[in-house]
Amino acid sequence: MTTATDTPARATSGQLATFRLDGDLYGVEVEHVQEVLRSQGLTRVPLAPPAVAGLINLRGQVVTAIELRERLGRPPRPAGTDAVVIVVRLHGEAVSLLVDSIADVVDVDADDFETPPDTLDGQARELIRGAYKLDGKLLLALDVQKAVGA
Amino acid sequence: MDGLDDIVEEFLVESHENLDQLDTDLVALEQEPDSRERLSSIFRTIHTIKGTSGFLAFNRLEEVTHVGENMLSRLRDGVLSLTPERTSVLLRMVDTVRSLLTAIETTGGEGAVDVSAVVAAISAAMEDTPVPAPAPATPAPAPVAAAAVVRAAETVVAEVAVGSVAGSADDAHGDVADEAHDEAHDEAHDEAHDEAHEDGHDEDVPGEAAAAGAPATGAARPEAQGGAQRRAVADSTIRVDVDLLDSLMLLVGELVLTRNQIVQYVGRSTDTDLVRASQRLNLIASELQEGVMKTRMQPIDHIWSKLPRVVRDLGIQCGKTVRLEMEGKDTELDKTLLEAVKDPLTHLVRNGVDHGIESPDRRRAAGKPAEGCLTLRARHESGQVVVEVADDGAGIDPVKLGAKAVERGLVTAEQLARMGPQDVLQMIFLPGFSTAAAVTNVSGRGVGMDVVKTNIEAIGGTIEVESEPGRGTVCRLRIPLTLAIVPALTVECAGDRYAIPQISLQELVSLDAEKAANAVEEVGGAPVYRLRGELLPLVRLTDVLGLTSDRHDGHVVIAVLRSEGRRFGLVVDRVINTEEIVVKAVGGQLKAIGLYSGATVLGDGTVALILDVQALARRALRTETAERQESREAAAARSIAAEGERQRMLLAAIGEGRRVAIPLDTVTRLEQVRTESVERVGNREVVQYRGAILPIVRLDRHLGAYGTSDREVLEVIVYSDHGRSVAIVVEEILDIVDGGAAVRSDIDDLGLLGSAVLGDKVTELLDVRAAILAADPAFYATDHTPASSLLEV
Repeated sequence: MTTATDTPARATSGQLATFRLDGDLYGVEVEHVQEVLRSQGLTRVPLAPPAVAGLINLRGQVVTAIELRERLGRPPRPAGTDAVVIVVRLHGEAVSLLVDSIADVVDVDADDFETPPDTLDGQARELIRGAYKLDGKLLLALDVQKAVGA
Repeated sequence: MDGLDDIVEEFLVESHENLDQLDTDLVALEQEPDSRERLSSIFRTIHTIKGTSGFLAFNRLEEVTHVGENMLSRLRDGVLSLTPERTSVLLRMVDTVRSLLTAIETTGGEGAVDVSAVVAAISAAMEDTPVPAPAPATPAPAPVAAAAVVRAAETVVAEVAVGSVAGSADDAHGDVADEAHDEAHDEAHDEAHDEAHEDGHDEDVPGEAAAAGAPATGAARPEAQGGAQRRAVADSTIRVDVDLLDSLMLLVGELVLTRNQIVQYVGRSTDTDLVRASQRLNLIASELQEGVMKTRMQPIDHIWSKLPRVVRDLGIQCGKTVRLEMEGKDTELDKTLLEAVKDPLTHLVRNGVDHGIESPDRRRAAGKPAEGCLTLRARHESGQVVVEVADDGAGIDPVKLGAKAVERGLVTAEQLARMGPQDVLQMIFLPGFSTAAAVTNVSGRGVGMDVVKTNIEAIGGTIEVESEPGRGTVCRLRIPLTLAIVPALTVECAGDRYAIPQISLQELVSLDAEKAANAVEEVGGAPVYRLRGELLPLVRLTDVLGLTSDRHDGHVVIAVLRSEGRRFGLVVDRVINTEEIVVKAVGGQLKAIGLYSGATVLGDGTVALILDVQALARRALRTETAERQESREAAAARSIAAEGERQRMLLAAIGEGRRVAIPLDTVTRLEQVRTESVERVGNREVVQYRGAILPIVRLDRHLGAYGTSDREVLEVIVYSDHGRSVAIVVEEILDIVDGGAAVRSDIDDLGLLGSAVLGDKVTELLDVRAAILAADPAFYATDHTPASSLLEV
């Protein structure tokens, strides 16, 4: 198995919190995840980049919500379905990601890691570190830092 | 503190603190004798005390600190090395100083504290005379009359010196002695102190005190002494870490938010007990908030007190005599804000002296007293602190300023022509703008007005400048009382709520549909509202935010805001409430938008964005100017087709009861010009206007009426096109009316297009082209099209 030559350090073992988005399975490092919330009242921010879905009130703290579908260049979430909010903490600051639904926490092995397939298009490619080949499905590892840096 | 001078009191508090630090420093210095930093810090402390005591005429205090300083400076320069003996004498000096301070505090004078012994000891230690030298000096003061406190302190320290020389004291013994000493010493102190207090000074040494001091061999513990000696002045205040206050403030902020929520929920409740409890909570939270805020409040004098010196030195440097006056020294504001305001304020003061106030010769020539006057004013005003720096100098000439801005490429000449004098003045805050004709030693050091402005805005404040050429300049800072909790107006726009800090809010205007239809007018495509006779440019929040208003009933709600000396009206859908909000920072992505200064959680738990009024004004008003230009050009083309549309007319009186109507879209702006500033070029009248010469046509003369010409201020309608402008002088601007439905007759007269009934009165319609040509025959020489089409009525 050949791990990527340019990003060898990224093939890490550990636990990923996984979630679904437009039919695919993604994962973020468990240690970044602070909490997962049901859909929240969003305050929209006019003139903000399109990926900024709005602001949510997290127990008195104002947290920016990033629409991951927009970030990854996926079509908007179908009407009538609520997003799930994953609150991640990066450099002490909380940011939230809007996803379709939350899935399990998965143990991953660096041996199963591969860099993103070449067919992955530009916008998403930036944000995806690579894929873990699980049984019968692929788990795309999201680069949280880049994903929230809208 | 019976009648203690403020200065002395402050000196005492400060010195007590410094001395405690000094003890620690000296002991630490023994561990690392080479620490230049510590030595310098010690030196500075002693130096400060010496300086102040000299100033306050405490001669003995000065004497002691003087020799101490000598020794310290030698230590610092490496001429002497620090030995334990030298440390001891220095500590002894510290104690002597402390005793002197005590005496000063109790009696107002230095009392009978004898300093010769310690001075001798220090000198001896400096001269490298054999170490026992200080020891003999110690018993010496005993017979001498001295305050007990001092004696005890001195004795103890002197003993240390002896002890360390005579071979180190037994450690175990030292500990015991130490304890004993502490107790004995404290007691002795209290008694001695009380006695000294009762009997005044010059008291013979009470036996116990001497006795207490004597056995106290072993390591003296200056801290303990310091603690016991801590005096009432120092006792009545307490130093608290600002971080602690910050976190308290933060918590209070959260409490206020929670209170808001509870009060809102309970408002719907019918449970009287709950309502009562919530009212109490409301009250207590408010008082707590106020109390915590007060802990952080300091009078502005803290930063002002350094300014007289700045002004004096600078005045001498610039060859000017400047008197500094201060009003409202006691005005308090948050410590953090005070710190933040310090540098900008100093800069403004320096600016005022350097650029504002003229040299004595020029002042005399201008008929002013040779001595310039700089006035600092501070006051509370509707929950803000207003700080003004006013000089009575030459003022800022908008014409020169404008010319400079054009020269620097900050604005184009066209933009400039469309700006009012107020707007022109505010350009001194643009980055890269320095009004200093030459870079002087004093200013032009890179901290320009733009930095002042950035700093003030960073703390949620605003700055504006007003100036009257020849009379002086006023820089006005508006600073919030505190950073954490901001009173704000919540408004609704396109279904979302936004918070507008009250600091920018002047008033609210609500117009019902009928009134709004008439009252909101357009000047060259830009909406304006006439607020008590003044044109208020309107900015629709929906337009700025790229949203669509959900208000369709024609009501107009205007929040009149002030930013950088300009007023504008923000049109919102609804006004919800005024609320105290806690400002929460927003992430980088949102900051980059530049319209929001933060976000907050409202009483019902929803998040609301806080509008950055300054940014809003900057963005909206500037684009508005650009858009207006475009729309003016478009309007020229449109006006033919829009014959049936309503035509806005500016009504002006020209004397003899005659009224003239001028199509509003040919008007660039309305101005007032002082009659004395009107000059003559050939047989034409002109006025200098923002770096250009503006030809004047007096409409009364032009139309054959004779108005009163002895007025001091001329009402002027400025008409600009393709970089040329003329000024049309009228007697009075009356109104803006809707000219569409008016009846027109075709009585032709020179300079008129006809007449009509506007506002129930017969009004003449001005032939603008003819009027302009009367003022400037070359006006249309370059381009004929826009003017002629503009005249289509």
